[in-house]
Amino acid sequence: MSVANGDDSLYLIATLLDELRNEDVQLRLNSFKKLSIIALALGAERTRSELLPFLTDTIYYEDEVLVALAEQLGTFTMLVGGPEYVHCLLPPLESLATVEETVVRDKAVESLRVISQDHSPSDLEAHFVPLLKRLAGGDWFTSRNSACGLFSVCYPRVSGAVKAELGQYFRNLCSDDTPIVRRAAASKLGEFAQALELNYVKEELIPLFCSIASDKQDSVRLLAVKTCVHIAQLLSQEDMETLLMPALSQIAEDKSWRVRYMVADKFTELQKAVGSEITKTDLVPVFQNLMNDCEAEVRAAASQKVKEFCENLPADCRENVVMTQILPCIKELASDTNHHVKSALASVIMGLSPILGKDNTIEHLLPLFLAQLKDECPEVRLNIISNLNCVNQVIGIQQLSQSLLPAIVELAEDAKWRVRLAIVEYIPLLAGQLGVEFFDEKLNSLCMAWLMDHVYAIREAATSNLKKLVEKFGKEWACATIIPKVLAMSRDPNYLYRMTTLFCVNVLSEVCGQDITTKLMLPTVLSMAGDPVANIRFNVAKSLQKIGPILDNSTLQSKVRPILEKLTQDQDVDVKYFSQEALTVLSST
Amino acid sequence: MDSVSDLKSKEIKRATLNELVEYVSTNRGVIVESAYSDIVKMISANIFRILPPSDNPDFDPEEDEPTLEASWPHIQLVYDFFLRFLESPDFQPSIAKRYIDQKFVQQLLELFDSEDPRERDFLKTVLHRIYGKFLGLRAFIRKQINNIFLRFIYETEHFNGVAELLEILGSIINGFALPLKAEHKQFLMKVLIPMHTAKGLALFHAQLAYCVVQFLEKDTTLTEPVIRGLLKFWPKTCSQKEVMFLGEIEEILDVIEPTQFKKIEEPLFKQISKCVSSSHFQVAERALYFWNNEYILSLIEENIDKILPIMFASLYKISKEHWNQTIVALVYNVLKTLMEMNGKLFDDLTSSYKAERQREKKKELEREELWKKLEELKLKKALEKQNSAYSMHSLLSSASAP
Repeated sequence: MSVANGDDSLYLIATLLDELRNEDVQLRLNSFKKLSIIALALGAERTRSELLPFLTDTIYYEDEVLVALAEQLGTFTMLVGGPEYVHCLLPPLESLATVEETVVRDKAVESLRVISQDHSPSDLEAHFVPLLKRLAGGDWFTSRNSACGLFSVCYPRVSGAVKAELGQYFRNLCSDDTPIVRRAAASKLGEFAQALELNYVKEELIPLFCSIASDKQDSVRLLAVKTCVHIAQLLSQEDMETLLMPALSQIAEDKSWRVRYMVADKFTELQKAVGSEITKTDLVPVFQNLMNDCEAEVRAAASQKVKEFCENLPADCRENVVMTQILPCIKELASDTNHHVKSALASVIMGLSPILGKDNTIEHLLPLFLAQLKDECPEVRLNIISNLNCVNQVIGIQQLSQSLLPAIVELAEDAKWRVRLAIVEYIPLLAGQLGVEFFDEKLNSLCMAWLMDHVYAIREAATSNLKKLVEKFGKEWACATIIPKVLAMSRDPNYLYRMTTLFCVNVLSEVCGQDITTKLMLPTVLSMAGDPVANIRFNVAKSLQKIGPILDNSTLQSKVRPILEKLTQDQDVDVKYFSQEALTVLSST
Repeated sequence: MDSVSDLKSKEIKRATLNELVEYVSTNRGVIVESAYSDIVKMISANIFRILPPSDNPDFDPEEDEPTLEASWPHIQLVYDFFLRFLESPDFQPSIAKRYIDQKFVQQLLELFDSEDPRERDFLKTVLHRIYGKFLGLRAFIRKQINNIFLRFIYETEHFNGVAELLEILGSIINGFALPLKAEHKQFLMKVLIPMHTAKGLALFHAQLAYCVVQFLEKDTTLTEPVIRGLLKFWPKTCSQKEVMFLGEIEEILDVIEPTQFKKIEEPLFKQISKCVSSSHFQVAERALYFWNNEYILSLIEENIDKILPIMFASLYKISKEHWNQTIVALVYNVLKTLMEMNGKLFDDLTSSYKAERQREKKKELEREELWKKLEELKLKKALEKQNSAYSMHSLLSSASAP
């Protein structure tokens, strides 16, 4: 497969190999990234006989180069001549898998996993498995770590005797002296379990799982949670009850808060994996304990999962369990001392309304919502307001509207602009639910005030707000309530607010249509073409370009064009540019 | 946990602890064999606890105030008592080792992650005493510190007690017997050197550099791998770290043997040459300050024929181009010093400077040509493949046409 013009290519290749050894790191890196081109030029045979040994020998490069190499090698199967020869890629990848730098090792393991698929089962046993064994027996932790990631890809495809050997190696890694290796093995345990036969899982893997769940280091124990989810997916209900649940209950009451936090974080995954029966009997008490945990982090993680957990409870007992066992805990959490906990709870608590139904919601949940609407922490209040949808469907929002308004107003005037921004973004939603009268009466002035906020992001959000409001409430409403105020801003002494008028016109013209735009908004825009500040003038040009398509041709020619032409003679260079552009665009349409 | 509940009981406990501390420090013969078990139990019960999550999840040790331990009024006395117990002339390790075992030490090490610096300070002294008195625990302690550091470097980049542990290690390394065991050399190369890559290096760099220099004073043959290691991990974007690295290099050069110097002078001065021309003036300045060091000057002079060609290009360039006047002034002085060391070489390099630059530019162009040719080759091959596939396809379709 080599190139026709022989000498030329030889020279090319020699220089390329030199490039790979260049002193400058950047140049070397570039060459390594194009390794596939070099391999293509060499052809499969010379790649195998010259390039690969060269790469295996000179592993003293910088980590960036090694990462590029590890990545490239994963795609080299065809370049070395196909699956028949793919095992030639193993030596360089083996060295890469023992390197100190984690990123390089991970890439090497990834590539090894990919090319393992191209190995035939006999090649796996002849080349891949020995590699795995060497890595697993390496004396520095890096090679043993890498080995952990290779078991699940080769196990399914090798013979029985080899399978037994692999199992033994994996067991050794799980009880390795160095915690860092135990952690790597523990994190791959779930994946390995899914590649095994069921009886092997029960006999060998469950004990491994239990030993990880009772490891001396909490950093190892917390990995048992994820593994539990994977293994649970493989077992029958009885097996789960007898084999898995004891270990899980132990973990859920671990003395280290990090482990308990992991349990809370993965709780809904656990719930799905173990199924509804075991959830009813075993998981509900566990969840209660997590909600009452002494560490705020754990309580917050559990609160985050309340809604999902309750939704996934079996239908026959859902309401009962929630009312008798979950609700009391929630009431405690709603007045927790830690604001992260309250915040997490606030973001999901409203989702419980559909589960409890109208009466129970009014009796039990409504007081909680109202209390949280008055919470001192703005995040809590925001989270309640952002989830009003669920409540609306069950009990209607009127119940809340009395308390809602003061809460909204307070958030709208919060000192932190990000809090103000969040509430601005909820307004269209609220407006839709509360109705136009409520809005006009109470929220309208707020929306107009936001247009004059001193933070640009708020003004911008408020502007796009207007568009959504008009879409909800209609053009007539816009004419009556907001357009006059928007146009009034054009006479504000501060040029920033005058600009806001223009931005508003930009968005409103689309939803209001030609008539309103021409009669009400266009005159103001045109009058601003004489503004003393250049920014206003060129924004006028931009606005005219934007609203041009909405206007009819006669207006364009008689009113818009003259103004734009005048602006092209302006002394400011930006004004000239934008007005020229506007003219060009409008002429072409 | 409420810190103002049970005030009366807490006061009683505090008074009792105070009494104990007094008693142990002022009396002899009071630490009897039967008391060891209870003493260790009391200490364990008080200090061994799971450290709570940090109040401030984005805690930056350099900027923020640490969260202090709420029960410090008691814990401090417990630590104080523990220390006096260990340091008492009546203390007998042979009895104590039944209770101060591996499990005890493991839990002690985990406490080094405490955010409270006062606690870590006590722990440092306690661990140092234990290391000194319990010979049987030494290997275990070193291994556990190894594991903590590995986790710090490769997994979490978070551990509050790195500086304290390194301080203890400094004196441990100082006491190593010669020849150094392989285990220790491996620790230097695979743990201490990679530790230089940590983000929070500023917090423990002084202690880390001390450990490295201690190793080199014990075994000078480690110089080459150490310097190559540092060069491998040389900071690329963090100037603050670069200044630290330069400081460490100077400390190493202060104790380097001339034979070792010869082995690393080329790669080292290539890096120094880059630092000197850095646009960050603190980095450039720190590198140029090497020329204020008498010993380093003597080493340079001895090896001027190798070093001057490496340094010349960048020094010459900055003397004309650098934005910072202080740096330019420093560079002129350095150039003068180098010229005095070997005037002829200096002149040769000056005259060939321009020619060198031309050569480099030409090489650059050649390289680009090369890659362009390669790209064309790749396209050509792809095209060939496509064509042959097409012709196969047309062959096949014509063969199967009715």
